[in-house]
Amino acid sequence: MNLSRWILALGVLGLITLGAGHGFGLLASPPEASMGETGRILYLHVPTAWVAMLAFTVAFIAAIGSLWTAGPRWDLGMEAGIEVGMVFSLLICIQGPIWAYPTQNYWWTWDPRLTTTAIMVVAFTGVLVMRRLIHQHERRMAATAVATIVSWVNVPVVYFSVEWWDSVHQDLSQVSSVDTVMLVPLLVSLAGTTLLGTSFFLARFRIAQGHYQREEVAPELPELPDQLQLEESP
Amino acid sequence: MKTFLALLHKDLLVGWRGRVRLVGLATYALTLLLLFSFAVGPDTMALRDHASAYLWLAIMSSSTLLLAQSFQQEVEAGAIEGLILLPVNPAALYYAKALANLLLLLFLALVMLPVSVVLFDLHAAESLLLLLLVIGLGSAGIVAPGTLYAAMTARLSSQQVVLPLLLFPLVVPPILAAVKATDLVLEGDAMGQLGAWIGLLVAFDAIYWSLSGVLFGKVLDE
Repeated sequence: MNLSRWILALGVLGLITLGAGHGFGLLASPPEASMGETGRILYLHVPTAWVAMLAFTVAFIAAIGSLWTAGPRWDLGMEAGIEVGMVFSLLICIQGPIWAYPTQNYWWTWDPRLTTTAIMVVAFTGVLVMRRLIHQHERRMAATAVATIVSWVNVPVVYFSVEWWDSVHQDLSQVSSVDTVMLVPLLVSLAGTTLLGTSFFLARFRIAQGHYQREEVAPELPELPDQLQLEESP
Repeated sequence: MKTFLALLHKDLLVGWRGRVRLVGLATYALTLLLLFSFAVGPDTMALRDHASAYLWLAIMSSSTLLLAQSFQQEVEAGAIEGLILLPVNPAALYYAKALANLLLLLFLALVMLPVSVVLFDLHAAESLLLLLLVIGLGSAGIVAPGTLYAAMTARLSSQQVVLPLLLFPLVVPPILAAVKATDLVLEGDAMGQLGAWIGLLVAFDAIYWSLSGVLFGKVLDE
C-alpha cells in the first residue's frame, strides 16, 4: 500500500516537473542557434534517452545482483528495468524520426548513434522474448541475467558512439556548452522524466512482484515429470 | 587442460559422427550464396562489390543452425546432466564446446570460400592467409556468444526463434568489422585501414570469449 502511494506521488511530481520544464522550454527559452524552433526537441529527446540508458543500467546492476545472490527481488528489478528501458528507448526511436524528417528530409539514416540504438532495442527485445519462454523461475532468472549483462555492453557503445565514429547526430552535450536559458528547462525536464521513469519502474516492479507471488502460490506450469513437459524438452 | 582436451575430442567426435548434418549445413550455406547471386542478378560488378557481405551473411545464418544443434543432441540424450554432475570446471566445458563450434564453422566457411570466389569473381589467391585470418577472427566473434546462448536456449522448444533473436544484435559489431576487413583484403587496402578493423575484431573476440567463459557456469547452474 505504501509503495503505491510512492508510485503515485513520484508520477504526479514527475508530470508536474516535466510540464514545467517543457513549458519553460517551449515558451521562455529562445530558439536554438543552428536548428531554430526544432531545436527544442532537446528538452524532450535528451531526458528520454537518459532515462532509457539509466533503466537499462539499473537492469544490468540487478542482473549482477541476481547472479550473485539468486534473490527474487533482484530478478524482478531486472524485469522492471528492462521494460522501462524498452519503453523509453522506443520513444527515442519515435522522437528522432519525427524531428529528422522535417529538418533533414529523411526518417532514418545509417548512422552510428541510430544504428547502435536500434541494436540495443533489438537486443533487449530478445531478452524479454526469452524471458517469457522459460517457465522455471531459477532458470529464467539466470538466463535473463546473463543475457542482460551481455546485452548491456551496447549501452556505453550507444552513449559514446557520437565520439567514436563520425556521426550526423549531435555530439555529447556538456553543461558548459549549453546556455543557462536552455540549461534550466533541460535540467528540469530531465528531473521530471527521471521521476516519471522511477515511478514507472516501481509500478512495474510491483506488478512483477504480484506475478511472482502468484506463481509461488499457484505455478503457471505445474511440475510435471520430465517426459511430460510441454514447453521444454527434458 | 586434460579435461578440456577430452571434452574437445568428445565434441569433435560428435560432430564427425553427425557429419550428415554438417554436409546438410554446408549445402544450406551454398544455397544461400547462390540465392544472393540470384537476388542481385547477372551484375558481376555489383556481386563482386558486395561479395564480403554475402559471404558473412551466409556464415552468420548457417552459424545459428550449427550452434542450435550443438547442445540439442546432448539435451535430447540427457547427456548434459551427466556432464554437469562431473567434477569439471564449467569453463572447460564452455571452451571445449566453443572451440569445437568454431572449428565446425570454419569448416563451413572453407567450403563457402572457393564457391564465393567462383560465383562472385573474387581475387582471393594473393592474400589468402590474411583472408583466412579475418574469417577465423570473425567466426570466433560469432561462436563465443553463440555457444553461451545456445546453452541457455537449448531446452526451449522455440530455440530456433530465440537464438538468432538474441545472437544477431550481439554479433553486429564483429560482423561489421569482419565484412569491412574482408572487403579490404579482397579489394585492396589503399588507405591502410585493415589494421584498425582487425584490431576491433580482436578486441571483440577478447571481450566475448572471456565474458562468456565466466558467465557459462551461471547458465549451467540450474
